Amino acid sequence: MLFSGGKDSVFACRRAMEKNEVACVITLVSENEDSYMFHTPNIRCTGLQAKALGLPLLFWPTRGEKEEELQDLEAAIAEAIKRYGIQGVVTGAIESVYQAARVQRICRSLDLWCFNPLWQINQVSYLRLLLSEGFNVIVSGVYAYPFDASWLGARLTDERTEVLAELQKRYKINPSGEGGELETFVLDGPIFKKRIEILKASRSYDGYRGQFVIEEMQLVDK
Amino acid sequence: MILLVDLCYEKNSLSQYEFVHPIASHLESSDFICRIIHFTDVTRDELDLCDKIILCGTALKDNGYAEHLEMFSWIKGCDNPIFGICAGMQVISAVFGGKIVWQPAIGLDRIEIIRESPLLGEPREIQGYHLHSFGVTLPEDFRLLAGGQESVEAFGHRVRPIFGIIFHPEVRNRWILERFANL
Repeated sequence: MLFSGGKDSVFACRRAMEKNEVACVITLVSENEDSYMFHTPNIRCTGLQAKALGLPLLFWPTRGEKEEELQDLEAAIAEAIKRYGIQGVVTGAIESVYQAARVQRICRSLDLWCFNPLWQINQVSYLRLLLSEGFNVIVSGVYAYPFDASWLGARLTDERTEVLAELQKRYKINPSGEGGELETFVLDGPIFKKRIEILKASRSYDGYRGQFVIEEMQLVDK
Repeated sequence: MILLVDLCYEKNSLSQYEFVHPIASHLESSDFICRIIHFTDVTRDELDLCDKIILCGTALKDNGYAEHLEMFSWIKGCDNPIFGICAGMQVISAVFGGKIVWQPAIGLDRIEIIRESPLLGEPREIQGYHLHSFGVTLPEDFRLLAGGQESVEAFGHRVRPIFGIIFHPEVRNRWILERFANL
């Protein structure tokens, strides 16, 4: 499971768990803040999420240079074959042909199956489904007009989903944020054995760009 | 009702979300009624209940349907409009005497529509999303609608309403699904 800690990779993981055995989650940590594929504000927090899910984590660094990071992704997946004997890769891709095609090519070169269980899903319906299934999702980054600072650290709710649906109509933003408009982090959900509690976090915001960075957190029994 | 035939490796597979649900979801949002059925479960009764049939695609590594072509023999005797997408096109080609050939492609590519048809409209160039290991040869009684003899992108039967395209219309070309549904 390619895993960023955001709602899409977590929900894709849930679907994969319903149909198959998930052997591990793979997180690529990019040093490049503008990475096309692997940067999120709380990418280093996936370790605790993996523990909460009860899954091994394969943490793999990348410098985040455009094509080099794809080689790093391939190396990480090859390592997952060696360590965990994986037979396929699952991603949370929804609309991005750029990301999906690149992962498909890597899977073909490694002779692996590739699954994208959220592919082309209606984004607003998906957000409603995510909430109805009990996922606790917070917004960890905003990168587009008209998101203001109130979104940072805010829990995704039915009300906010309706706001996102409205923003889709008015500004053509992707309600799920796949176009890079916003990033999320998942604290709890039906596949979590323990939930994550945030103890300390910081916010930064300027000109419709902002991040909610988790500095301390802990696992809590459910 | 439109019958969506799932060609994936097993019933209710993880791939169904990727290759069948997006088609159902789009057609249903345009007020068409869809029913999903796995290719191993197609019966005469199921076929009689529907107006049109779409044979859906599969994952890149999933070519199991090609080992069970006898399960698609109903296609030849079916009078309803049939539309094969990727793996579905390969099945139609094989059923009508064409060949499934190694022709891997991944990603967005230029598609040249060379002949006017009810499915694709007038000749022009579009972008289409490829995700397949195998392509097809043009069977007898079929016309090339897009691409070339060496890389068949779309075909249609000369007389019957049977079409196939090798790229995935659910990605950036949903209008093709609607055109088929409105035939």
